[in-house]
Amino acid sequence: MHLVAMAAGFALILLGLYGALTHRNILRMIVGFTLANTGVHVVLVSVGYMPGRAAPILDGAVPVGEAAARIIDPVPQALVLTAIVIGLGITALMLAYAYRLFRARGSLDIADYTELKW
Amino acid sequence: MTLPLLATTGFAAAMLIAALVALVTRSTAVAVLSAGLVSLFASVLFLFLAAPDVAMTEAAIGSGLTTFLFFFVLGRIRREGRDEQ
Amino acid sequence: MSNRFSIRHAAVLGLLALLGLAFWTLLAGYVPDTELNRTAAYYAENTARETGAQNIVTAIIVTYRGLDTLGEVTVLFLTAAIVALVLGQSKAPRGGTGSGFLPSGELLATGTRMLLPIILLFGAYVAVNGHLTPGGGFQGGAILASGMLLLLLADPARRFSHRIIARVESVSGLAYVAIGVLGVALAGGFLDNRILPLGQFGALLSAGAIPLIYALVGLKVGAEFSSMLESLEETEDS
Repeated sequence: MHLVAMAAGFALILLGLYGALTHRNILRMIVGFTLANTGVHVVLVSVGYMPGRAAPILDGAVPVGEAAARIIDPVPQALVLTAIVIGLGITALMLAYAYRLFRARGSLDIADYTELKW
Repeated sequence: MTLPLLATTGFAAAMLIAALVALVTRSTAVAVLSAGLVSLFASVLFLFLAAPDVAMTEAAIGSGLTTFLFFFVLGRIRREGRDEQ
Repeated sequence: MSNRFSIRHAAVLGLLALLGLAFWTLLAGYVPDTELNRTAAYYAENTARETGAQNIVTAIIVTYRGLDTLGEVTVLFLTAAIVALVLGQSKAPRGGTGSGFLPSGELLATGTRMLLPIILLFGAYVAVNGHLTPGGGFQGGAILASGMLLLLLADPARRFSHRIIARVESVSGLAYVAIGVLGVALAGGFLDNRILPLGQFGALLSAGAIPLIYALVGLKVGAEFSSMLESLEETEDS
């Protein structure tokens, strides 16, 4: 089950990168980056999953004494939680720069920005 | 196939289909909405992977706020592009 | 041009095929753990005794790796500041208001008035219960920000007070750092939650300072998200 999720996460990363590399519209490139971002989250969470174990919350279902044998790895989840929040910040930053580029040049087509082209 | 495996496979497939739609569609608005849908399906996947914290965060931030950020920028760009013409 | 485009396309596909091959190797050689590794086992065995929190993910984020969370909140603050700076420099044409959404109808305005207090209450609930149930400051902050988003949608012409958002943001950040420093003075280290009694395991007011810290994080994150949404929505002619 976690292998299915992990494969889907890897596929999502590839799809997102493909979108980011081939689209010409800057907004569509940013959409591609958010897809790849979500794929990384899915892969990381599925690395922490272990079959037959419960979520890392010590309530009635998981007594404190047997926690180490009953819960899944909480560390990747904490990492991904951080990554999601930072991901929103990065997306907001990219969108702000895209808007700024649009204001400066009146176009969202990446082919119109030729300063770094050779 | 057991039921959780079936559900995981189904949601993973739905997530990838939504991602494909986000890549091939001509309309940017549809692409943004599909990306939000991908996040929503991913948060259901997190729930199956026993990560309720991550599922909540992804649903609230990944599919909610991100989509609105995109639409705010899209709205500004559309309006100003129209003004210039 | 189409020839160059297809060359570029082929290069991209080749690159992604290489990356896919690397991913495939990772996936084929992946052996899932059957035991928790040492770090995770330590957290699983000692979280209840050391922090008094039921939710281990919260305990890691707020206490064990609290410094990382402080850094994360700082990054978020910088992002909000840069977004405001970048958008503030670009002068939008005068006369445009809001983000181009139509003026909201009676339904949305009335619904917002009814729903906003409930949304804010739910955000506070999620943020404060982070040590017991799934949720916490980041999720609660996102819910608070979505309440602000509803307010923005219901009344596009309305301007929030930037000053209130900035005040909330800086006061909660300052209190967060102050609690961390108190941890150095009164307990085991920076951001140690044992400056307050751990209380009864599973009660709302337990786990030392975790509910307090997470509520502050929620306020700060909510203020930062609100300021990001607002600066992307607003035109600069106000």
